[in-house]
Amino acid sequence: MDLTLKIWRQKDSKSKGKFETYQVTGISPDCSFLEMLDQLNEKLISEQKDPVAFARGDCGVSFDHDCREGICGMCGMFINGRAHGADTGITTCQLHMRRFKDKDTIVVEPWRAKPFPIIKDLVVDRSAFDQIIQAGGYVNVNTGGVPDANCIPIPKPNADEAMDAAACIGCGACVATCKNASAMLFVAAKVSQLALLPQGKVEAKERVQKMVAKMDELGFGSCTNTGACEVECPKSVSISHIARMNREYLCAKLSS
Amino acid sequence: MSTFLTSSIGKKLIMSISGLFLIAFLCVHLTLNLLLFAGADIYNAAAGFMGSNIIMKIIEPVLGAGFIIHIIYSIILWFQNQKARPVKYKMVDQSESSTWSSRNMIVLGILIVAFLAIHLVNFFYKIKFTDIKVTEYQLVTGMFTQEYWYIVVIYVVGAIFLGLHLYHAFQSAFQTLGLNNSIWRKRWDVIGLIYSLIIGLGFAIIPLYFLVKELI
Repeated sequence: MDLTLKIWRQKDSKSKGKFETYQVTGISPDCSFLEMLDQLNEKLISEQKDPVAFARGDCGVSFDHDCREGICGMCGMFINGRAHGADTGITTCQLHMRRFKDKDTIVVEPWRAKPFPIIKDLVVDRSAFDQIIQAGGYVNVNTGGVPDANCIPIPKPNADEAMDAAACIGCGACVATCKNASAMLFVAAKVSQLALLPQGKVEAKERVQKMVAKMDELGFGSCTNTGACEVECPKSVSISHIARMNREYLCAKLSS
Repeated sequence: MSTFLTSSIGKKLIMSISGLFLIAFLCVHLTLNLLLFAGADIYNAAAGFMGSNIIMKIIEPVLGAGFIIHIIYSIILWFQNQKARPVKYKMVDQSESSTWSSRNMIVLGILIVAFLAIHLVNFFYKIKFTDIKVTEYQLVTGMFTQEYWYIVVIYVVGAIFLGLHLYHAFQSAFQTLGLNNSIWRKRWDVIGLIYSLIIGLGFAIIPLYFLVKELI
């Protein structure tokens, strides 16, 4: 496959970025999108167009990646107008080049949201998510004897739903794809997961208020219920969790 | 409570409750309008009752406030949401991940407000503040004629915009209130579709009916 790539290049968070156009040839339809970018970077490095940039190790396109098996959520990028590309329920590393046609032009952009500043090229700082988790996305464990496993009964439907919510890998696709750059699906996944379990219920009211307050403070948009987030979510986390978070939040505020 | 109504979810709650209030109002409005098909006497009697009734006099300013609150909060939320993405994408493709109406609620809302202004001048203002020499039935049917074909077009297009706005609005209101789960989602979607079709088609059919009636 021969492809034309329009990739966002930005030196650092303060620089002004722009799109650069690259040509790649002989790409196998079986390789993943990240492997295609690897091949582009090898080409860019071997061409050594800019010796200064090469000395800095700076001539390839920077992008986040880690596990390359669809479970870590690092490889966030906006491909042809969609988070993680056209397939649903996947991260970029699971997007294969057979999804594209020969001679296609592919536009690759970083996640764009005020709370996700660009570090370099396609790499964004997603630590805003960590701050939301730090605000209350945990269960306090008191000291004392270790409780017996399974000593707290949990209804199976609740356990299942909590597990579905816990599948969130914090990749940021929900924010990236949302027309309002809202983090509601991410926050709702954690609020919902912990509110469904007996261990999490103790701090549920406090948690939802703190996490929503942090989300607002960081500058994420609000939810207009378009449902785009759940479609682009690589773990298919449902917006039913957002309804549960709204419920938890309203009840917590009205009773406090 | 202090941070409740200023939080993102709090503002959405205001949108949702004011929206549901307007949804209920539209049911009453359409029911009255459909009485046009029952003839001049019944419609004039109903319009007269709505105009003189003490309950309606109390509800009228509440309704006005409902509209204003819904509009003001939508504008506030829209500007805040724009700020959350200062640099826009070069390419966005949401055709497969969300409905057109859900992404364009503000556009549909602005078009509905424009329609509402025309609508209020056409009927509300004339009945309330001018001395009309005709009955309410004659005022309505006199408007939807061949001579004023453009008014018929405005009303039909307005009804279509309203239907599209309501299709997303209905399910969205219940989602925001938290009255939703994986089962009820499908139910709200179907109920919302039926509701928006009834309202949209119901309001569109009235001017068309009187236009066609005149032509035949």
